[in-house]
Order: sequence, then C-alpha cells, then structure tokens
Amino acid sequence: MIALLASILAITLRAGTSLIYATIGEIYTERSGILNLGLEGMMLMGAVSAFATVYYTGSLLLALLVAMLTGVVLSSIHAFLSITMRANQVVSGLSITLFGTGFASFLGQRLGPESNGHYLIGLIGNKFTPVKIPFLSNLPVLGALFNQDILTYIVYLIIPAAWFFMYKTRAGLNLRAVGESPQTADAMGINVSKVRYIYTILGGTLVALGGAHLSLSYAPGWTDNITGGRGWIVIALVIFSMWNPSRAIWGALLFGGINAIQFRLQATGTTISAPLLNMLPYIVTIVVLVLMTWIETMNKKVGAPEALAVPYMRGEK
Amino acid sequence: MRLVFEKRNSVSKKAIVLVPVVSFLVSLILTGILLIIFKTNPFITYSSMFVGAFGSWINFTETLVKAIPLMLTGIGVGLAFRLRFWNIGAEGQLVFGGVAATWVALFWSNFLPPFLVLPTAILMGIIAGALWAGIPAFLKVYLKVDETLVSLMLNYVAILTAQGLYYGAWIDPKGMGFPGTKLFPKSAWLPRFSGRAHVGLFIAILLGLVMWVVLNRTKWGFEVKMSGHNPRAARVMGVDIGKTIITAILVSGAFSGMAGAFEVTAISHRLQQGLAIGYGYTAIIVAWMAQLNPIASLFVAVLMAGLLVGGDQVQMMMGLPAAMGIVLQGMILFPMLAGSLFTDYRLKIITKSTKEEAA
Repeated sequence: MIALLASILAITLRAGTSLIYATIGEIYTERSGILNLGLEGMMLMGAVSAFATVYYTGSLLLALLVAMLTGVVLSSIHAFLSITMRANQVVSGLSITLFGTGFASFLGQRLGPESNGHYLIGLIGNKFTPVKIPFLSNLPVLGALFNQDILTYIVYLIIPAAWFFMYKTRAGLNLRAVGESPQTADAMGINVSKVRYIYTILGGTLVALGGAHLSLSYAPGWTDNITGGRGWIVIALVIFSMWNPSRAIWGALLFGGINAIQFRLQATGTTISAPLLNMLPYIVTIVVLVLMTWIETMNKKVGAPEALAVPYMRGEK
Repeated sequence: MRLVFEKRNSVSKKAIVLVPVVSFLVSLILTGILLIIFKTNPFITYSSMFVGAFGSWINFTETLVKAIPLMLTGIGVGLAFRLRFWNIGAEGQLVFGGVAATWVALFWSNFLPPFLVLPTAILMGIIAGALWAGIPAFLKVYLKVDETLVSLMLNYVAILTAQGLYYGAWIDPKGMGFPGTKLFPKSAWLPRFSGRAHVGLFIAILLGLVMWVVLNRTKWGFEVKMSGHNPRAARVMGVDIGKTIITAILVSGAFSGMAGAFEVTAISHRLQQGLAIGYGYTAIIVAWMAQLNPIASLFVAVLMAGLLVGGDQVQMMMGLPAAMGIVLQGMILFPMLAGSLFTDYRLKIITKSTKEEAA
C-alpha cells in the first residue's frame, strides 16, 4: 500500500512538473492583463527545440536554454500583436498555437539526422534522471518528493519565489496594478506596455520550459502532440489557482494525479476502457471550470485580473 | 513629430480586402526565408505546391475534397466569432457529426427505406454537431463558463469517443483487427461527381450564400451582428443576447457536424482514423482571413485546402514535411492580426503645426 502511494505520488509530481512551470508562467502573463492562448504551441515548440538540442549536443542545460529562447520568441510575437498592435488576444494566442503546432511537427520531420530520414521521432537523447536526496528520499511515501529530477526540485523553489515576488515586492505590486487597472497604473507612472511585454515574455519562457520537461524527462524523446492538450489544461489551471502562484501546485497535483492513476490502471489491466480513461483529464477540466465559475458567481470575486484581454491605449476608454 | 494611432469612425473598406491579401504574401515570404534556412529553394517548393493543388483537374478535385469541410467549418466558426463566442471546438463537432452519421449508416439501414438512409445520416450528423456545440453555449449563457476551454476540451472527448468506437464496439469483425467500422451500405454513400469530389461542394456553396443573406438581410442576422459588435446597444434594443448566442452556436455546430457527416458518407465510407485531421482548427484561419464573411470563407477555404494538398505533394515529390502547408497557414494570421490595426485605426503623424491646429 505504502509502495503504491509512493509510486502514485512520484508519477504525480513527474507529470505535474511541466504543468506547474506553465501554470506559473501563464499566471504572470495574465496578471499583467494579457491572455495568451498560445500555450499549447509554445510547449510543443519548447519540447521539440529542447529535444533537438539535446540530441545533437548532449547538453541538457543548453537544451533548456534553447527551449527558453523559443518561448521568448513566440511570446514576443504575441506581445507585439496584442500590446503594440492591439490585436484580438484570443485570436493572436490561437494563431501562436496553430503555428507552433504545425511548425513543431515540421521541425520534428526536418531536424533529425539523415540516417533517420530527417525525423526526430524514435530517437533517444540525453535526459534528466531522478536525483536521490540522502535521508529524505528514504522517508515512507513522502520520500517520493525527494527522488525527482532537478527540474522538479526547481519547482519547489519557484512556487514560493513566484508567490513572494507577486505579493511582497514593489515590482509584483506594479504587475498586479497593470492587470487590474492600467489607467490607474499609468497615472502612477508605471509604463503599462513595458510591464506587459516583460511578463508576457517571462511567462512564455516558463511555458516553454514546461514543454522542455516533457521531452527531456517525462516522456523523453519527440512525438507529434507530445503535449496532448496540456497547454489548454494549463489555461484552466490558472483559473483553478485563482491567479495565485502558490495555488498552482493543487491543480498540477490534481492533473498529475489523474495521469498517475491512468498509468497505474493501464499497467494493471483494468476493465475500464482506455478511451474513457484517457478522456478523464479533459472532462475533469470542464467540471473544474464550471465549479470555479460557479464559485465566482457566488463569491463575486475569484481573482481574474480586471483588465484581462483588454488592450490598453492611452486616452481611450 | 510623432506617430499616433487614431480610431477610425468606420472600418476601412480598402483595408478589409488588402489586409488578407498582403498577409498571405507576407506569410509566403516568411516561410520562404524558413525554407532557405533549411536549404530548400522556396520558388521550386511553391510552384510544386501550386501545381500539386491546382495544376490539373485531378489535383484540383483533391483540393476541393479538402475545401468542402473547410468551407462548412469555416462558415460555422465565423458565425460564432461574430458573436465573440470563441468556438474552437469545430474539430470535435465535426467528429461527433461523423460518429452520428456512422451510427445511422451502420445500424439504421436495416429498417429505413434505402432512399432515406443518406438524408437521415446527414441529418443526424448535423444534429450531433449542433448538440456538441450546444454544451459550451449553454454553459456560457446560463453559467458564464468560458467557452474557449470547454469547446476545446470537447474536441478531445469527441475524438476519443470516435476512437473508442472504431477500435472497440463498432470495429469491423472481418477487418483483421484493422481499426475502423465495416464499409457503409451503398445507400449511405454521398454521390461523387469527379474523382473524390462530392456533391457536398454544391451544398456548401449554397449554404455560404444563404448564410450571407441571413446575416445581412434578416432580423436574426442583424441581431447576431449587433450582439457581437455592441451587446449593450443590442440589449437596449430588446435583443435576447443569450437566445441569440445559443441559436447561433447551434447553427455553428450544425455546419461542422454536416462536414463530419460528409467526410464519412462521401470520402471514407466508414468511420476510421483520419477523420480528425485538423479541419476544425484550420477553420479558425479560414474564418478570420475571410473576415467572418461566409462568401469569402468559400474562397479562402479553397486556398487553404490548396496549401494542404500542396503540402502533401511536396512531401511526395521533394521529401519536405507535409506540415509545410500547415506552417504556411499558421503564418498567415500573424500579419493578418497586425494588419487589423489598420482597419480600425489610422496612422496619424503629429507635427507641431497639427498640434496647434487642434488647439
């Protein structure tokens, strides 16, 4: 029983890591008032670029850097379109996802070595492996927390840091001000566009890192649609966490947990049909959304930034 | 001197036509640069894509085969977008339509008179697509749940449902384990007129025209436009926005459901892998590039279908990934979105003298 719990917890954390990176990234982006629906595309691009890098150089660090750079480039496009060009943010985000999905698939069939027909699919590269922390990793059940890869350990640090930065620093206050009321923030002397650019790009960087975790650790290698809709689930997780980085953990654990249970059930050969089991994350997402929306109408406020997805132009109401 | 954007009083007519055309050219150039990076000649690539899609009648019929579902889903998505209802679930609505049509074709043909099998299959496809789209619409109107995520999540649910059926309950017992249902009876086949191009084309074109008339000449069309453009004014005028959203989204889903029914009854003649190949997502590009105009959607659908078929061609002829066509499609929206600023705003140069004039 204890072994089973430990293994479920271990898989939950492994599956949840990429979700947490992306959730925290999108929370920061949305807090500045920019809605980025391009997550699915950015995660895929992060995953493919990271895997291609690690395949050729063997360097995991370089792979992470390349993935982050990919995130910077794609989120800059979104930032430019939605901040400078005041484009519709929903459509801009969708186009990042459409482009990212197509381009990642293109790269997956082009970046590989000639011997593999230029395909990246089916290749094996370097990957992150769990690092045991002495003593702690021997704890019953909770030991699973301390037998993870480095990217998961970084998550333990990022969550409190992201919370502290948002609620306890001047810059975090400015960020929240810009997302709640850009007019007031502008009057306070905050450069609204600059803040929105910074956090859209920072968010995109974290999202792409989440994608890189998939191809470097969770499911090492490259397959088309390696994300399987995680980019969209993350958008629901942002709502689930009420735009608070410290709560990002719960959503990620919930969905990581669903993955873990699917894993276990399929391994033990269950009578529940596989498609039904695979539908679970998507159906749970819808249920979570309905619940969160219902709570919002009851309590009036869940924490959505007031100016989310509203372009800001000086002197225009 | 500095540059500022000034809101236009009315949308620029010239920009409406120019922006999509220029956007397409920009996307060709950007993708061309990409091709050069991958040591491929963009001119040869583009010309073989063009020949592959439009070079002969046979190739063109293949383009039409892909254009039909894009026309229908594009019109449907465009209708939803008019209401600022972000239905990105056309893919799932299409698949669900295909599943429903399959159900009729496989199990109702025993007791329905033969001439009724096909119409019933298509009708059930339409209803299934509408109902699948109805879920996010009802959740949005009655519970204010975000429609973007719900409609997208339902894509996965629909695709997995279809998979569950053609791998499981509906699998052809004589198919040697090949995932797919058995072949439909001939009475459930939608007639083709040339190659694989089928009569769904004429239905799609007709529906595009009808949709344009409905949007521009009827009270309901006016209410749809009004509710999307200026909901406050619409409410003042007594428009029931919730009802408008639900009816419009049911129609939106019906279009995609019909597309799915056509795919199984005219192309594959069975339910199998390959029904969900992204038409519902490309529909977003079709709708936006056509500026949500149903007649323009018909033409844009042919262009996008050409990119898909052209992409397949360069894969066969030049060994380039077929995703090439999808990359080109994905690139189009970026310049399009940047350009939309110029339809709503005009660039104004402020110098000292204009400032004084204003004073």
